[in-house]
Amino acid sequence: MITLTDQKKITWFAACQISDVPANGGVCVKYGDEQIALFHFARRGEWYATQNECPHRKQMALSRGMIGTQEDEPKVACPFHKKTFSLATGQCLTGDECNIKTYPVKTEDGKVFIGIEGGL
Amino acid sequence: MKVVVIGNGMVGYKFCEKLKSMAPSVELIVFGEEIRPAYDRVHLSEFFAGKTADDLTLAGLDWYQDNNIRLHLGDPVQSIDRTAKTVHSHKGIIESYDYLVLATGSAAFVPPIPGVDKQGVFIYRTIEDLEMMNAHARKAKTGAVIGGGLLGLEAAKAMLDLGISNTQVIEFAPRLMPRQIDDAGSNILRNKLEMLGLKIHTSKNTSEISGGESITGMQFSDGTSIEVDMLVISAGIKPRDELAKLCGLETGSRGGIVVDEKLQTNDPSIFAIGECALYSGMIYGLVAPGYEMASVVAENLASLPRTGGVVPFGFKEITNIAEFSGPPPSGGRVAFTGYDMSTKLKLIGIDVASFGDPFLTGENIRTVVFEDTMKGIYKRINISADGKELLGGVLVGDAEQYNMLLQTCKNKLVLPPNPEDLVLGSRGGENLAGAGVQGLPDEAMICSCETVSKGAICNAVSELACETMDAIKKCTKAGTGCGGCVPMVKDLMLYTMKSQGKYIRNILCEHFNYSRQEMFDLVKLHELKTYNEVLDKLGKGDGCELCKPPVASILASLWGEMILKKGNDTAQDSNDRFLANIQKGGTYSVVPRIPGGEITPDKLIVIGQVAKQYNLYTKITGGQRIDLFGAHLNDLPDIWGQLIAAGFESGHAYGKSLRTVKSCVGSTWCRFGLHDSVSYAIRIEERYRGLRSPHKLKGGVSGCIRECAEAQSKDFGIIATEKGWNLHICGNGGSKPQHALLLAADLDDETCIKYIDRFLMFYIKTADTLTRTATWLNKMEGGIDYIRNVVVNDSLGMAQAWEAEMQTLVDCYKCEWKEAIENPEIKKRFNHFVNAPEVKDPTVKFETMREQKKVADWK
Repeated sequence: MITLTDQKKITWFAACQISDVPANGGVCVKYGDEQIALFHFARRGEWYATQNECPHRKQMALSRGMIGTQEDEPKVACPFHKKTFSLATGQCLTGDECNIKTYPVKTEDGKVFIGIEGGL
Repeated sequence: MKVVVIGNGMVGYKFCEKLKSMAPSVELIVFGEEIRPAYDRVHLSEFFAGKTADDLTLAGLDWYQDNNIRLHLGDPVQSIDRTAKTVHSHKGIIESYDYLVLATGSAAFVPPIPGVDKQGVFIYRTIEDLEMMNAHARKAKTGAVIGGGLLGLEAAKAMLDLGISNTQVIEFAPRLMPRQIDDAGSNILRNKLEMLGLKIHTSKNTSEISGGESITGMQFSDGTSIEVDMLVISAGIKPRDELAKLCGLETGSRGGIVVDEKLQTNDPSIFAIGECALYSGMIYGLVAPGYEMASVVAENLASLPRTGGVVPFGFKEITNIAEFSGPPPSGGRVAFTGYDMSTKLKLIGIDVASFGDPFLTGENIRTVVFEDTMKGIYKRINISADGKELLGGVLVGDAEQYNMLLQTCKNKLVLPPNPEDLVLGSRGGENLAGAGVQGLPDEAMICSCETVSKGAICNAVSELACETMDAIKKCTKAGTGCGGCVPMVKDLMLYTMKSQGKYIRNILCEHFNYSRQEMFDLVKLHELKTYNEVLDKLGKGDGCELCKPPVASILASLWGEMILKKGNDTAQDSNDRFLANIQKGGTYSVVPRIPGGEITPDKLIVIGQVAKQYNLYTKITGGQRIDLFGAHLNDLPDIWGQLIAAGFESGHAYGKSLRTVKSCVGSTWCRFGLHDSVSYAIRIEERYRGLRSPHKLKGGVSGCIRECAEAQSKDFGIIATEKGWNLHICGNGGSKPQHALLLAADLDDETCIKYIDRFLMFYIKTADTLTRTATWLNKMEGGIDYIRNVVVNDSLGMAQAWEAEMQTLVDCYKCEWKEAIENPEIKKRFNHFVNAPEVKDPTVKFETMREQKKVADWK
């Protein structure tokens, strides 16, 4: 777990251009053999990244899900069975599915960067 | 404080869950004999009905890790040193404890019959047992179960699920389930089971299991015998008390670790819970009392003062709450005072329940019995002589009233003047039997798995604003165990909301305080064209998966604009966003429109060629078209490009919109046909193609009364008559089939279409989200007569406007897929990886079945 006092080294990799990501939607980013779902929550001016796999049925689908909020908590709904997960913490908001992994995101010069703990 | 738990079954797991929720800092170590973490033994037979070991798992290994519980699996504890306060495991781990909890459960009781060690003889207890049964069942043809009790019948069901249809049940007692139900109930149950193909023997004592290395038959003490090549013994349980005996704890003469009402053994540092515990001379062989025991011990341990992590004095000496140095625990010290063994279960699809004392007889008892041997229903209630109190009963074949009867019995509710109404239902008159959920006292235990009272549920609704089943489950845990109480919890929720004067209104979600109908009118009034505009003008916050699809659908129904433009793409439900239905594994299906089910050989060839080129699984759908499965997201634009070039267009199988208009071949070929149903179906399908609506729409046209197009099961169904067309509306197939009702008869082509225009617009404007026309009709005050008045007699004066609106939508129809592939901005969204557009999802895996591909099953 990352805490403020125990922050590991983050490697930022350029995922795509800002314009590649639909406003208020997601895309899937390939990082080696990993699949990362990247979301541009344009209404809130926020970017999020999570694992692309939905832990419920192990489907690579979260990037195709609808995003939104639940009591101001940003979330994504899996297209398969509408399990929802917090984009901020990765916590499952419906039922008892496992939480999902989240990644930090930043934008610079029109590009979107995803932060990987430890890096390549 | 350091607590060691021996046993990781359901009760051992529940103890961990309860203790960690109340005292997260406790050091907790668990030893389990099996290699799997605790799983749901109650639903073990579902393993054969298709559930996997994972499905049955109560909590994955990460749960133990997240909660800081050290779990040693496949490592049974072999001895306990009470003086040193340590346990010693098989693998050599030595662990000290402040408190030790024995949750060792029980083992199957195997009677000492000669031959029980033969191959093909099983017990029914663990997933390993089931796996062994599974392997053996492949070569077995005839099966038997010793034991006609609850577990024995479960095992018999498992045998049926394994495909051994020739299965016999052998019970020593004169009746099935002797501990739960009486003779008459047992007879009904027996008849029903025999109808399902089980052979039942009662008063039968097995004297020998015959055969060589493997079982071939069974001998009985009455001299009879049967041939059988697989046997499951389920003759009862015996508590696992061997560890307790070994370290000198007090045990009962017939097994079980003796405990007091705190579940404490004669060693104050050691507790026993679940099926290994003997409380007041009784072993509780059900999960609910085991959970209750786990709660009692967890709560008592959690409420101990935590000075330096170790309790300075023996637990037993604490008699006064004031002696605690910490804050007093809620409700003070708790105790286990026995448990009601009432139970309800479904045995091979047959409801069986017993509650209170089911067997009471005598002068002071009045009994009401209802028996229907035709339907296989038996109900018995035992009532006090003054007719005021319900003391117990039995239900077989229909246990719908179980929850209410159990509550009436447990809470000693005063019975209505005609207590027989409780089981027979009220016959005539307006008074309902009993008082319903509102009559229950607050203490009434609604969810016995999680010990949630009526008061707690009503409080969650009124004080904590839990107004959905999900919210209540999350907040109180009620209904999360066996699920049997869910209908009652729901009733309580609705009752509490109603009593607060809450008008239960179908608002879209937390972002819009409007119903769909209100939203439709407001979006139209304000001429809003995008999801964001709608949210800014009419809602609050940032939207969600509940409001996006209905708003996107309303926008499409009103303005008929391409659904992926103007930033509305991300407001579409995922299938609409990619103009295809997502399937298992993450690939998509492709369904071109084939209006009326008519297709030329050339077009059939194109479909075949495309399917071959992209390796797609092909299947004829129920709506007379062809579904192509297994297309990668990346391939969709190319596939559609080829189909469109050959004259196809989108079939909208992904949308809440018109699917197909099914037709029979009609008068062009059929010797009975009255009119050309195919031509009319094509005309209608092409008129309404692409129309977005609250739910999917299906139509049908039949050329004569033989109704080969099954039009009466459609949202609108047209049947040819001598004089024209009969128009039926609001039919439905699906899970609750409903025949369409006649709206108007003997219509000409144009009038019939006018009426469908009006009907569809009326539906689109007024239905709730995801409501099919059949449900819409059922909720409509005045029903079909009202709709007829609106549509045919134009009672609202809307007919002309609706026809015009529909014509606008018809005129602006464009094939969405054509637009998508011609628009580079839209086309580029059809890639799996944004940063590697040429790469398809590498995790997609296919298998082969009947010469076509199929997607690998999901985990």
